[in-house]
This record gives sequence, C-alpha cells and structure tokens, in this order.
Amino acid sequence: MFDMISPQLLFGQLLIGLINGSFYAMLSMGLAIIFGLMNVVNFAHGVQYMLGAFCAWLLLNYLGVPYWGALIIAPLAVGAFGMLMERLVLRPLQHLDHLYALLATYAIALIVEGLVRQEYGSTGLPYAAPISGGINLGFMFLPYYRLWVVVFSIVTCAGTWLLIEYSKLGAYLRAANENPNIVESFGINVPRMITLTYGLGVGLAALSGVLAAPIYQVSPSMGSGLMITVFAVVVIGGIGSISGAIVTGYILGLAEAITKVFYPEAATTVAFVVMIVVLLLKPNGIFSSEKA
Amino acid sequence: MKIDVHPNTSLVVRDLQGWYAESKVIHGMNFEVHEGEILTLLGRNGAGKTSTLRAIMGIMRKRTGSINFRSEELINKRIYEIARKGIAYCPEERAIFASLDVRENLTLPPVLQSGGMTDAELFQAFPNLQRRASSRGTRLSGGEQQMLAIARILRTGSRFLLLDEPSEGLAPVIVKEIGELLKKLKQRGYTIILVEQNWRFARSVADRHVVVEHGQVVDTFTADVSNTDVSRVQRYLGV
Repeated sequence: MFDMISPQLLFGQLLIGLINGSFYAMLSMGLAIIFGLMNVVNFAHGVQYMLGAFCAWLLLNYLGVPYWGALIIAPLAVGAFGMLMERLVLRPLQHLDHLYALLATYAIALIVEGLVRQEYGSTGLPYAAPISGGINLGFMFLPYYRLWVVVFSIVTCAGTWLLIEYSKLGAYLRAANENPNIVESFGINVPRMITLTYGLGVGLAALSGVLAAPIYQVSPSMGSGLMITVFAVVVIGGIGSISGAIVTGYILGLAEAITKVFYPEAATTVAFVVMIVVLLLKPNGIFSSEKA
Repeated sequence: MKIDVHPNTSLVVRDLQGWYAESKVIHGMNFEVHEGEILTLLGRNGAGKTSTLRAIMGIMRKRTGSINFRSEELINKRIYEIARKGIAYCPEERAIFASLDVRENLTLPPVLQSGGMTDAELFQAFPNLQRRASSRGTRLSGGEQQMLAIARILRTGSRFLLLDEPSEGLAPVIVKEIGELLKKLKQRGYTIILVEQNWRFARSVADRHVVVEHGQVVDTFTADVSNTDVSRVQRYLGV
C-alpha cells in the first residue's frame, strides 16, 4: 500500500496538517493562558475565533478595510468584546465554582453563534487570500498565503511563549496562576490583569480567525467544528500548559495529516484516540507541570 | 465609635468581624498599633490571629467594622489598594512561587514607595538567596524560603509589615536570625504585627502583646511583663 503514495499527496497532506496544526496551536495556547490564570475553560473560544473571521469579512465588505488592516483591528475589537464579557459575566462568577463560568462562556457562545447565523446564514462566505501565487518546490506547490500562515503562527506562538516565560509580565501571570491573593498583596491590580489576560486570549482567537478566513470559509460554525479538536489538544498537552498546548497543536495537525494519507477513515478520529491513550497513561497531560 | 487618639497610632482596628464563607471567625476585634512598634498577636491555633492579618490585608473579603490606617479607612478596600497604602503581608505558608526562580520571586513585588531595600542590600542581608538566585523558589530550605518571603516585601518600600509565624518550623539558630532581622527593621522605623505561637520568640522581639481567643482580644501586655503576667500568658497559650 505504501508504494502507491506519491510525494505530492504526502507533502500536500503534511502542509494541510501544518496549517491545521497552526490553528490548533494558536487556539489551544489562548485557552491555556486563560485557564492558567482564571481556571475557566473558555467555551466561547471557538466563537471568538469565528468573530475574528467575520470581523475581517465585514471590514472588507462594508468598510473596504483589507486583510492587513483586519489582522490588527479584528483582534482588538474581539478582544475588547472579550474584556467586556469578563467584566460583566465572568467576574461576578469568579467566587463560585468554576463550572458556572464555563457554562456562562458556553451560553454566550451559543447565543453569539445563533445571532451570526440569523444575520448571515449558515453557508460559508468567501474571503480572498491577500497574497496570491505560490512556489513550486518540485515535489509540491506551496501557496504563499499558506506559508505566511504557518510562519506567522509559529512566530506568534513563540513570541507569546517567550513573553510569558521570560518577561516581568509573564512572571506576574505565572505567580498569579499559583496564588492570586499574594500577588495582589504586592500592590498589583490582579483584577485588571485578569481582564487583560482574558482579552489577550480572546484576541489571539480572533487573530487565528482572521488568518483562517482565506483558508476555510467564513461561517458561523467554523469555530465549533475546530474547537472539539482544540479541546483534545489542550487535554493531551496538559491543561494550562502553554508550551504543551503549542507543541501538541502542531503535532496533532501533522498526525491527522499522516493518518489521512495512510488511513483516511481515521483522520478525524486520531486526535481522540491519542487523547484517550494519553489520559490512560498520563492523566494530567504530556507537558503537565507539578501544579496541574 | 470613639477612635483612640494615641499620638503615634498607625493602625486602629475597631469592632472587626470577619467570615470565611458562612463561618464567622473574627468576633469584634479591637486593638491598635503604634508607629514603629512590634506588636504580637498571641493565641492558640484557630484563635483568629491569621484571620486578623488576612482581614487587614483584605484577603478575607467578608469583613465589617473599621480598620483605620494612618487616618484612612481600609474596610472596603481591595487587596492591591491596601498594599499600595504601604502595608505588606508575609503569609504563614510563605507562598514562594514554584514556577519562579529565587531572583524572580524576590523581584516580583514592584517598588511601591521609595525607601525600600535595594536588591544589593537584600542580597547582602540574605547571602543564601544570592547563592541560590537561579534555583526554583520551592527548592530552598524552609529557613531560606522564610528569608525570601520576608526579603521580597522589604523591596517594596512598605513599612508596615504583617508577618505570620515567621519562626514556625525553623531551627533555633534561624529563628534567632529572624529575631535579629526584626530588631533591625524596628530600628529602621518599621512597624510590625507579628502573629506568633512561640512565646519565647515573641517575648524577645515585641514591644507589646495582644492575646487573641475566639476571634476577640482578651488581654494586652507590654514587653516589660512581670512574672505573674508570664504565667497568665502561658495559661492563654496552653503551655
């Protein structure tokens, strides 16, 4: 069976895997950041990603703002929506069981997705790639836009990870993750830090949405489909582990691609098989820290 | 309510009540702290000493009554607002961050007011911390963790310290070192509320003692306690 596989097919699938992995990595990183500080599983993440893509589509079609502008405006706008959500909905719930906040994010996700579907329908809306053309590598054709997505997501993930691991701001985040009261007792405005961190996580989701708009179609359910796999990524990587989320995101994207080449029927299932195996062998996830 | 007008009063606690969720643990505390003194809160386990510190710092959210610090009411303030008034807290469990190395732990608290100790001064005072600067915070020994927990709040410039059982679980020689440190801080004009169960340690450093039972102040002594006082204290502490 192996000798039937052409390099074009293999590398073509690996590229798709790398693209999917880029989105898994960025989305699960945002979830990990939010969970780390707030202990809330943000079920609105997929909808916030979808809003990023819709924001880009609306900016282009109503205001004539091109992709590059949307890449900046959409994360800021959706991030601001996220901060509002944190102040109005999540903060009042923070002293209750974290399950309430989880349910609240899920409720908001359902409402927002429903509203968008009501307004724009369920069919995908096209969004043209801002960079056309590509390069023939001999064994495959690589569109420039896909190359851009992979590079941009790696840079964003690495940058965010470096920020959290090595900056002063990151030290506050890591410390507040362990003991928010003590960090606040140093005079640090932890409530504001939580709002901004949630905004950052949501902004990252929206940024992924803008990146995704030219690749997948812009539709109300584009996020919910992706999120099922992203939650598997988070569980495999270790809930709250940022580096774990990033690395697992890419690996899972590639694992799906390889499965697609050799046994296409299992391609959409492989993430969950891996998740079950990891849960059985290392229930806290592969990259879990001592805290998790 | 009449507020005590001792000329050097720094903190006045009046009719303080405090709750953890639904269970009430502070039942009307009244005491005051004078500028530049070391005051101990003595009492048995569960008397409400730690809760009192947490209520002053705002970490215990549900609290009523009055906590007046340098003529400002703190009872409705949030933790970070209270910290910015110049109060710093060192918890019993020390709360050294496992995900940060020693240097990051030390430099985490921002400088809030001028007059705090510089990193160089702190490393001079706590040479062990410099030697182990790049170790994970929680790899330190108990004594080193205690030193780190005190050192990091000395950076901030806050001069009103809430210290919860700094001597707990430490070797006598280290307890003595901490005692020396507290005396030095007092000389520099720091004001300290010290929660203690170790009466000998408390007696060696404090100016006044407040005895807490069932979330209330039941007695107050000055440092020059007589022998009859000592037996009273020992009865309170159950030693």
